This record gives sequence, C-alpha cells and structure tokens, in this order.
Amino acid sequence: MKLFRFRGGVHPVAHKQSTGCKAINTMPVPKHLYVPVQQHIGAPAEPMVNIGQSVLRGELLAYSQGALSAPVHAPSSGTVIDISEHTAPHPSGLPVRTIIIETDGEDKWCSTQTAQNPFTLDSDEISARVGAAGIVGLGGATFPSAVKLNMGKQYPIHTLVINGGECEPYLTCDDRLMQEQASAIVDGIRIMLHALHTQKALVAIEDNKPEAIEAMKIASNLFDSVEVITVPSRYPMGSEKQMIQTLTGMEIPAGKRSADIGIIVHNVGTAYAVHQAIRHGFPLLSRIVTIGGGAVKNPQNLEVRLGTLVSEVFAYCDGFVETPKRILMGGPMMGQVLPSQDVPIVKGSSGVIALTSREIAISENRPCISCGSCVEACPCGLLPLAMAARARKGEFDAAVDFGLMDCISCGSCSYVCPSHIPLVQYFNYAKGELAARRRDQIKNEATRKLAEQRNIRMQRIEQEKAEMAAKRRAMQEAKEKAKQEAAS
Amino acid sequence: MIAAITSLLLLGTCLGLILGYASRYLKVESDPLADEIEAMLPGSQCGQCGFPGCSPAAIAIASNEAPITLCSPGGRSLAEQLAAKLGIEVDLSDLEDSLPMLASVQEETCIGCTRCFKVCPTDAIMGGPKQIHTVFNSACIGCKACIEVCPTECLQMHNIKETLTTWHWPKPALAA
Repeated sequence: MKLFRFRGGVHPVAHKQSTGCKAINTMPVPKHLYVPVQQHIGAPAEPMVNIGQSVLRGELLAYSQGALSAPVHAPSSGTVIDISEHTAPHPSGLPVRTIIIETDGEDKWCSTQTAQNPFTLDSDEISARVGAAGIVGLGGATFPSAVKLNMGKQYPIHTLVINGGECEPYLTCDDRLMQEQASAIVDGIRIMLHALHTQKALVAIEDNKPEAIEAMKIASNLFDSVEVITVPSRYPMGSEKQMIQTLTGMEIPAGKRSADIGIIVHNVGTAYAVHQAIRHGFPLLSRIVTIGGGAVKNPQNLEVRLGTLVSEVFAYCDGFVETPKRILMGGPMMGQVLPSQDVPIVKGSSGVIALTSREIAISENRPCISCGSCVEACPCGLLPLAMAARARKGEFDAAVDFGLMDCISCGSCSYVCPSHIPLVQYFNYAKGELAARRRDQIKNEATRKLAEQRNIRMQRIEQEKAEMAAKRRAMQEAKEKAKQEAAS
Repeated sequence: MIAAITSLLLLGTCLGLILGYASRYLKVESDPLADEIEAMLPGSQCGQCGFPGCSPAAIAIASNEAPITLCSPGGRSLAEQLAAKLGIEVDLSDLEDSLPMLASVQEETCIGCTRCFKVCPTDAIMGGPKQIHTVFNSACIGCKACIEVCPTECLQMHNIKETLTTWHWPKPALAA
C-alpha cells in the first residue's frame, strides 16, 4: 500500500528498550482503590453506591450522565469506605470526586453478560454494551468509545483505522499488548467493523515494533477486512490527523472530525477492551500501564487495576534508583506532570514515567532568533513562533488567526527550539484563556436573558397591579353610585 | 486645464454642500455607539459600576467618561470586546485582581425574609417566606445587591472555586 508523508515531525530518542522486551506483569490488587468519577472527556459519572456498601468486581459504581459520558465500575470486590474529594491525576493538583474501595482480596466477579456470537448483535446493541462497559479511548484522549461507534449512523465510514503508532518515547504498553493479545485485538477490531458497518480496517504500526507487526499480521491473516500497515517511526505518528494523512493522504479540514472524511480512529487498547466487553462481558477495570523512566529500578509494563495509587505501582516496581525529578502521566512529549504520587491510575494512563534530572535537562530559555526550526517541525503546517508571540502579548484572537485551534499540542516545536522557548506551553495557556473567555461569554448571554425576563415580569406585575387598582376603584365608584342612587 | 479645474471645483462644492445638508437634516438623535455598547453589556441593571443602570453606563463609556473595565459581571471578555469596539488599547492585567465572586446563603442564619430574592437582578435566588433561601451559582453574577438588604448577614460573597474543567495552564514564565 502506498503511504503518504505528513510534513514536519521530530525523531525523539525512543527509550523503549527497557520495557518493550519484557512480558506484561499483572499487579496484585492493592488494599485501597481510588476510583475517580471523571476519567473521560464529558460529564462526570454520578455515584450510585453508598458508603459502607459492599461491591463485587465489575459492579457499576457510578452511572454515565448524558450522551457524552462514561460509567465507572468497581475494579475489584470490597467495601465502599468513602466517597470524597481526592487529588486528581492532573497537573493542577485539584481534587476530583472519588469513590474509595477497601478491597477484600477475594476479587469476586458480579454476573456478566456475554455474547457467543457478537456478529448477530446489531450495531446499536454493540455500542450500548461498549458504552455500558465504560470503555473510552485508551490512547490517552479518553473520548467515550460508544459515541465514536455510533458515528457510523451519522457519517458513511469507509475505513476504521486502528492506531498502534505509539510514537511517544518510553511508552510500550500498546507494543506489548499487540505482541501478547494480537488475536483478541483483531477480534475487537472485527466487532467494531461490524458495529460501524465498515468493510475495511487498517492497523497502523510504527516500524520500530517488528514483533508487534509480526504478531498482528499472523492474527489478522485469516481476515481480509483487517490489514496491518507498517508506517515509518516519526513523532507525532500516533496523532489521529497525522496517521490518517500517512495512510490515505487526506487531511482533516480545520475544525472538522475524522468522521467527516469517512474515517474513525481507535487505539489498539480500545480494540482489546471492546473484545473483553463484548465476548466476555468484562467492563473496563484495568489497563496496561508502562512504568518507565530512568529513575525506576525495575521498569516494565503492568496490568494495573484502575484506582491503584501511582505510589503503589512504583513500589511494586521495586521503587527508585534515585529520587525522580519529575513524574509524568503519559509520555514525555504530551504527558501531564503529576503533582504527587498520591493519585490513582485512571483509564487514560498509558504510562507513568519517573524522570531523573539528567533526562529532563532543564535549560534556560532565550529570546527567539526567528530560525524557523519550529515551523519546519510543526506537523500541522502552522507558525509556532508567530502564535507564541501573539499569545505572550495576550492577543489571543490574533493567535487564532494564525491557526491556534488547529494546533494539536504535540510539542514538536518546543522539542526543536534552540532557544528552549516553551512554545507548546504558550499554546495551552492561550487555548485555556480562550475557553475561559467563551465560558464568560456564555454566562453573560445567560445573564442578559435572565435580566430581560425579570424586567418583563416586573413590568407585567406592575401593569397587573395598576389594572387591579383601576378595577377596584371602578367597583368602589359603582358601589358609591348605587348607594347614592338608593339614597336619592 | 481650466475646464478640468472648474469641473473638479464644481463637483467638490456640490458634494460638500450635499454632505453638509445631510449631516444637518439626517442627524440621528441618540448616539448609536452608546446603543451598541448597551447591547454588549449584561443588561442586568445591577449597578455595580456606580451608574444607575446599563444604559447610563453605556453612554458614559461611549463618551469616554468611564473606563471600559467598569463592568465586573462582564469581566475580562467584555472589557476586551469593548476595547475592540472602541479601538482603544487597555492594560487588562490589573483586572485579574477583582476576581468574580458568588453569593451564598448560610442556612443557620437565614430567616426567610424574602428580601434578597426581590432585589436579585437575575433571579438567582430562590426561596419563600420563612423558608431557607438558596443561590443558583450558574445565574449569580456577584453584584452584591442581596448582601446589602440581608438583615442577618447570612448572605456572604465567596470566590469561585477552581475545578478541573475551569483550570488551565498559566502563562509560562519567560526568563528573557
């Protein structure tokens, strides 16, 4: 198959060898699980268990609210000991509503619904079951998968792309999963194809994962609908837009979704979770997490129950060889800095990376020399230096005119900048400011509407009062007249 | 040469006269700019700016007698819209200090006097006689009108709590 090239991109050092060659270990269930009700994009789930209630593994803890949301299940059996605020795995360190479970060690399953032959189910049933299993995009974006599977109804989808790019350095969780669970992934892909009414699936894997490519090719050999494609290793290959461009040569128009050009992209981990949910009835209770970075004593891939604290995960990997300078959730290019180790593993945690000070190499930033390196590196064809200059001056609308909303925050520009300017940080700041402003504007409009309605109501009440008074006066007058007439 | 000068002179004089008369006879009574600004303001007539309502405030802004940052419910986004409208540059950095606030009822001291919800410009307070009142956070604009009428001081202003959805990265610190 002919491949296309996306512009820009960078080649960061992969750092994948220390974890990529080791088999996935299963981490034992910890004593306490901290399950946040918001582990996805969209509305937070609403808790439906009480404190003190005992729950079984796989039991629903919080139900999804609205169309764009996902439910949360008990990762193991035990007792709900608290529903309170706990630090979120988020750079802000702000709290999030969390259901805390004390596990009983029995890990007893609740009853599950299985499908012997998922291809007899209709697509609504499949997406409903995927939604009920709490499956979200496991590549890190955590977009509810059922919503994407339902897009087959609104848009004609001709290709399902399965993203096995894993272009972030350090991360090898998808690589290992493809090597060890290839046939389950292919089954999940076929179920998704059936749900989307699509004939063709392309599994794109970067050429630095030859074992995964081999395993996936063998597993998909029997099925014409699933094709494994080797794509060159270049960051950000794993980004949806860049992957589609590489495979098809098509670009997603600005402000549009991939479904608008007939393509849906899912991560390999998501395909595996779909297989687990439809074939075995297992909701999303655990995920593969890469524990990496130079500070970790025994880096490896672990299957971790959602809600396990990061500190316990590191302890299971024999702790640190030296005190980590920075702990990231996700990869080093786009991952989020963790405020502490006292945060849980959630659905979007593809990796937890503990970096040493040598690996970070903090250097002071200097003024922009207009060298254009960032322009060459930008995979979206934007002008990072121009956008950053606008964002710095607070001219966010001007930054939008330069294409800020098409920026995917991949960090390629910051990576290549010889002056070490925190370019992508400027864009995240500008995007956040713009979002805050939009919220303000929405509130202002709502305020105006409320004030108008109140004014109208006040006028009406005034008018009614005046009418009543006039009526009363008229009646009084009529009465007096009648009295006078009677008297005369 | 003379023909060209005369014709241009004539054209200029005629057009000038037409414009002169048009400006006198087709004059718009109210200031259209003030109307436009009034449409941009929240229209809740809360009076936080010191003017008796949004319309006088808009007139003051249009005639450059009041700063464009005067409307605290409108906040930063409104100030920026106004700056763009009036074509002026304003330093909005000190606007951060006056963060928007919300009112809240302390249940222990509320006597259900119904005074607060009668003055609320956005109907953000709900309650009945001798019943504990409550504030809808989504509708409250932090105008403090209710604080002034509350006989028991049970209405208090507090800062809006930051959540995961409202948090965003701060501006990066730059050495150079």
